[in-house]
Amino acid sequence: MIRFDSVHKRYANGREALAGVSFQIENGEMTFLTGHSGAGKSSILKLIALIERPTRGQVLVNRQNTAGIGRGGIAHFRRQIGVVFQDHKLLHDRPVADNVALPLIIAGVPKREIDKRVRAALDQVGLLGKERSRPLELSTGEQQRVGIARAVVAKPPLLIADEPTGNLDPDLALEIMRLFKRFNDVGVTVVIATHDVHLIEQVGGRRIVLGEGRMIG
Amino acid sequence: MNPSIGLKLRAYFARHAQVLVGSLGRLVQQPVASLMTMAVIAIALALPLCLQVFLENAREATGRWSESFDLSVYLHRNAGGARADSIAKELRRRADVAVVRVVTAEQALAEFRAYSGFGAALDALKDNPLPITLVVTPSLAASTPDGTVALKRALAAVSDVESVQVDTDWIKRLQAMLDVLRNLVLLSGVLLGLGVMLVIGNTIRLDVANRRGEIEVMKLVGGTDSFARRPFLYSGIWYGLGGGLLALVVVAVATAVLARPVARLAALYGSNFRLEGLSLPLAATVLLTAALLGWAGAWFASTRHIRAIEPS
Repeated sequence: MIRFDSVHKRYANGREALAGVSFQIENGEMTFLTGHSGAGKSSILKLIALIERPTRGQVLVNRQNTAGIGRGGIAHFRRQIGVVFQDHKLLHDRPVADNVALPLIIAGVPKREIDKRVRAALDQVGLLGKERSRPLELSTGEQQRVGIARAVVAKPPLLIADEPTGNLDPDLALEIMRLFKRFNDVGVTVVIATHDVHLIEQVGGRRIVLGEGRMIG
Repeated sequence: MNPSIGLKLRAYFARHAQVLVGSLGRLVQQPVASLMTMAVIAIALALPLCLQVFLENAREATGRWSESFDLSVYLHRNAGGARADSIAKELRRRADVAVVRVVTAEQALAEFRAYSGFGAALDALKDNPLPITLVVTPSLAASTPDGTVALKRALAAVSDVESVQVDTDWIKRLQAMLDVLRNLVLLSGVLLGLGVMLVIGNTIRLDVANRRGEIEVMKLVGGTDSFARRPFLYSGIWYGLGGGLLALVVVAVATAVLARPVARLAALYGSNFRLEGLSLPLAATVLLTAALLGWAGAWFASTRHIRAIEPS
């Protein structure tokens, strides 16, 4: 469950990204944040992952008020959230398997279990057999799927994605969205920021429309 | 033990071992840069180490000398050669005397002429002003400060003995000098140790900056600061160990180079003194200290800079 209570976010440069946003997302929901660039989609995701903190208002994630999470608690808090980025944020000097394994290594999962779960995650995104490849040897779509495998490998209850299809052609984009939908089908709460309304219509799900830092639909 | 805790512990140690090897691999991948850093550390460590080796050798050498102060026993001018020989024979029977050497007035004059440079002035003298001298070496058991004083008193009481001299001042001065040197070693050791920490800290700071992206990703997927810091700490330990090892090589080479001239110098003083290199315990201490300094330098630098890296 995610709840925003009249959340304001003003950045250090004075830009007001969010001007009083309130909404609630239930467990197991598939939600799209849409709007033009600069509407505040990314800010909402950053507030959920505690990359940023609200200037005013409250953000609750899994019944936890993020204001109560100190610096030392952020790392553990983030382990319950899988994050997918537009630019993948993969480590290019490590093979695919190591990239996907990172959250498990951090959580202290034993080696044999890691291998098993990495293979399972890569299987889910259709990249089984690419374990030893380097990210740059893969296509953009494949790199994004590695990013998704990494986000889901530790089985977090919440998956958030910032413009995950931004760099992909329409067919690949739809494929990636359907992948998210499959995770949602097995109970994962999914929140995706995208400006591609056409894509949302094809996949289906709840829509939160933002404009200039406010909810407009 | 709870099996899952056991498994987690094993995973933890396996992970540490992996990071240990991984951080070494990273250093090996940039051999020139790593060696340069280690060389700087080695030079900083080698300086106080060389001083320490010198100090230990000097202490060893003066220790031997101070054990055998010779006493110079000057006889009355009117005591003749026969009397000198009989005193010498008498002294040799004493338990606290090892060797007695008789230096006749003529020998003393010849020595004086040769070493003092007053040859011409001595020629002006009608007769030899120098007395017969007995050079007495105490036995090993009597070679303590107290024993030497007691022997000196006993010798002065012998008839026909004018005076007895023991020159211990130069030994005291030398030991005071060694004391100063010992403090210098300590001081330079502390300062250069701090220098080593800063060098390693600076290197680690650059490493952290170079791997900023990786640290960001780690933090984004829930890695703690200490998780991100771990490889850098091991790098610091490797830098320290490598530098310490190189420093030992430097000291070994320096002692090898100096061994021959020192032996020659000692031979000129009639000593069979040999230059000693680093002892095994000292070498082990050096490596341990270097590794610790590396770890500490890396800890300070990486803690500060990793903390400052936040994903955006």
